[in-house]
Amino acid sequence: MSDFTSGFWGVYISVITIVSIIACAVLLQLTSTRKVSGSEVETTGHSWDEDLVEYNNPLPRWWIWLFYITIFFSLGYLVLYPGLGTFKGTYQWTSVKQYEDEVAQSEAQSAPLYEKYANTDLKQLAADPEVLAIGQKLFLNNCAQCHSSDARGGKGYPNLTDGDWIYGGSPEAIKESITNGRKGIMPPWGALLGEDGVKDMAHYVMSLSGRTFDSLRAARGKDKFMSTCVACHGADGKGNPAIGSANLTKVNLLYGADEPALMETISKGRMSNMPAQKELLGEARVHILAAYVWSLSNSPGAPTAKPGVK
Amino acid sequence: MSNEHPAAIEQPLYEIRQEIYSRAVSGWFARWRWALVIVTQAVYYGLPWLTWNGRQAVLFDLVARKFYIFGIVFWPQDFIYLTGLLVVSALSLFLFTAVAGRLWCGYACPQTVYTEIFMWIERKVEGDRWARMRLDQQDMSGRKLGLKAAKHGLWLSLSLWTGFTFVGYFTPIQELAGEIGRLVVPGAAGAGPALGPWEIFWVLFYGFATYGNAGWMREQVCKYMCPYARFQSAMFDPDTLVITYDPERGEPRGPRARNADPTALGLGHCVACGVCVQVCPTGIDIRNGLQYECIGCAACIDGCNQVMARAGYPKGLIRYTTENALQQKLTPRQIMVRAFRPRVLVYTAILWSIIIAIGFALYSRIPLKVDVIRDRASLSREVDGRWVENIYRLQIANTQEVPHRFLIRASGAQTLQMSGEDAVELPGATTRMVPVRLRIDKGSLAAGAHKIEFEVTAADDAAIVARERSVFLVR
Repeated sequence: MSDFTSGFWGVYISVITIVSIIACAVLLQLTSTRKVSGSEVETTGHSWDEDLVEYNNPLPRWWIWLFYITIFFSLGYLVLYPGLGTFKGTYQWTSVKQYEDEVAQSEAQSAPLYEKYANTDLKQLAADPEVLAIGQKLFLNNCAQCHSSDARGGKGYPNLTDGDWIYGGSPEAIKESITNGRKGIMPPWGALLGEDGVKDMAHYVMSLSGRTFDSLRAARGKDKFMSTCVACHGADGKGNPAIGSANLTKVNLLYGADEPALMETISKGRMSNMPAQKELLGEARVHILAAYVWSLSNSPGAPTAKPGVK
Repeated sequence: MSNEHPAAIEQPLYEIRQEIYSRAVSGWFARWRWALVIVTQAVYYGLPWLTWNGRQAVLFDLVARKFYIFGIVFWPQDFIYLTGLLVVSALSLFLFTAVAGRLWCGYACPQTVYTEIFMWIERKVEGDRWARMRLDQQDMSGRKLGLKAAKHGLWLSLSLWTGFTFVGYFTPIQELAGEIGRLVVPGAAGAGPALGPWEIFWVLFYGFATYGNAGWMREQVCKYMCPYARFQSAMFDPDTLVITYDPERGEPRGPRARNADPTALGLGHCVACGVCVQVCPTGIDIRNGLQYECIGCAACIDGCNQVMARAGYPKGLIRYTTENALQQKLTPRQIMVRAFRPRVLVYTAILWSIIIAIGFALYSRIPLKVDVIRDRASLSREVDGRWVENIYRLQIANTQEVPHRFLIRASGAQTLQMSGEDAVELPGATTRMVPVRLRIDKGSLAAGAHKIEFEVTAADDAAIVARERSVFLVR
């Protein structure tokens, strides 16, 4: 690592630093005695407000040792730590290494806590309030940015509490989603179908989920659906959790289920990305998160988010 | 260097400290100082051992960031009270200094108090002023070594106990005692978890600081390090009571026979015995007038009064008096009247109003803190085509040591409803993050931000209530 384009600057800085430190020591040595006049009271020679003068009282002797200690400290520091140009110091300290050490230390501290749960079955964990409390904290810190603090998501971000799963809702499938992430792609069909074709298709999809729709358009859309969409969404439109294609018979779709939203989805396509958390959080935390997320929609003992209005 | 003064001499810029052998003193002011030493140290050493509701009565738990003082738990959010305490301390310093000079320095400052204790130990071991001076001039001998070892041993023990007590304010002192017990006697019984090496480090650090400051540095701390020592002199005015030698009465000074008439000899009342210099802990001669080194301990007053009594002169050659009193020959009554000058009255008024304000704030403090954090990533979301929802996190802190059930309500917009949980159970002195979901009927509010208010109330005590504002966004 070098911040310099030329080796000269490292040397330049080192020389200035060392010369300055030596100069400080020399200056201290040279000025440790002074010439005083024989007069009784020594003043600094400055006067303010006509007659206000300052006594020139000497510093205590031990004070000078503080200066020398500072000089020795700085020399020791320059040997141990990077300070002289490109010299890395005998201690080989870097801020990155310190950060990594601190992370490792913190991980080592929390490891036994997660160790306890690492091999426990996810469904069993979901019944343990202590695990759910840890899970909620992890969720609020790492997942809530997209899925919302109440885990109900929003447009483009799945609701994790409604039992409706794009990639499957078993504890193992949830853990897989968190561990390795998911990438969902709905290709754009606007060019192929044309604007009218897209509208027809939207009405067919609306008919699948029981919304009000135009039956003429839906009938036209159905033909095209059977030739283009069926590969991923299936003949019944129920999708396929293995590839993450949406179940179109649900009232709530990830990007909205009304006409304008469906038309946008069909014509422009969609790209979804759930980032993989394995590297970021580690296996142990993902395990607890999976139990927490599963508990949100399936729980004997855990607090379920109650649907409906209070 | 040609125009140098002919009498110029070379001398070190840095002064070697002259050891001060201050002589023991007794009297009215010495008794006051000892009374303050005993009171402050009884509080300091005793307080961490008291218990309250099954926990240490006074404990500043830095790791958990909770500060227990008897029945009250302070949280970092209560920092304003510490600010208030510091303002009160500063104003008290201003007030006392304006009235009677460096009272704090002379009687209550830890530096003075510990120096006093250390000098007492020194006196008990090595003897008074003359004995100590003789001892230091002697060559090293078995007796000298023994005395020095005894003195430093006692100093170090007291210092370590002081450091231990200090750390005991931040780490449960009983556990700390057990830990140190195990360190000294491996395998000794003692409850509590093992503590880290840092507690031991801080015990040693504060122990060393006490030993160094009270044993070795002493008056140098006041002379060279302490900023208060310097700025207190800026608060003196001609009506401030300061320890003053009365030169008009004392001069010309000089020794005289016991029953000699000073006026016949042309002498003042000062017998030039030097006691005022010998008792001074900072080694100054008060007869040279007010000096920055003077910490206002009044040892010279006690010393001089004893000499005056023996010589048959009235007391008070050195006394608390004011510059104006000396010049204008004010009576004690007039000095008292001038103590109530505008400066003092203003300080007093400000001080009391702040004390009353803090007292009232503490009395009416609500043991509940609520923070509302609106989910930032999403503005709002539509649910089932019927509702618009906003999500909030409520950080609810129950700052009392008893559990409460808190009810959450939101108001401020038409058709605003809370969906999901609206109550939370919180154990004593804990914080919890509670996600809260608010919804309105779609279309019932115009697009934009609408002001709303959360209200969190303890189910068992309607007086424990906190209100926090936020916004509800509609796209």
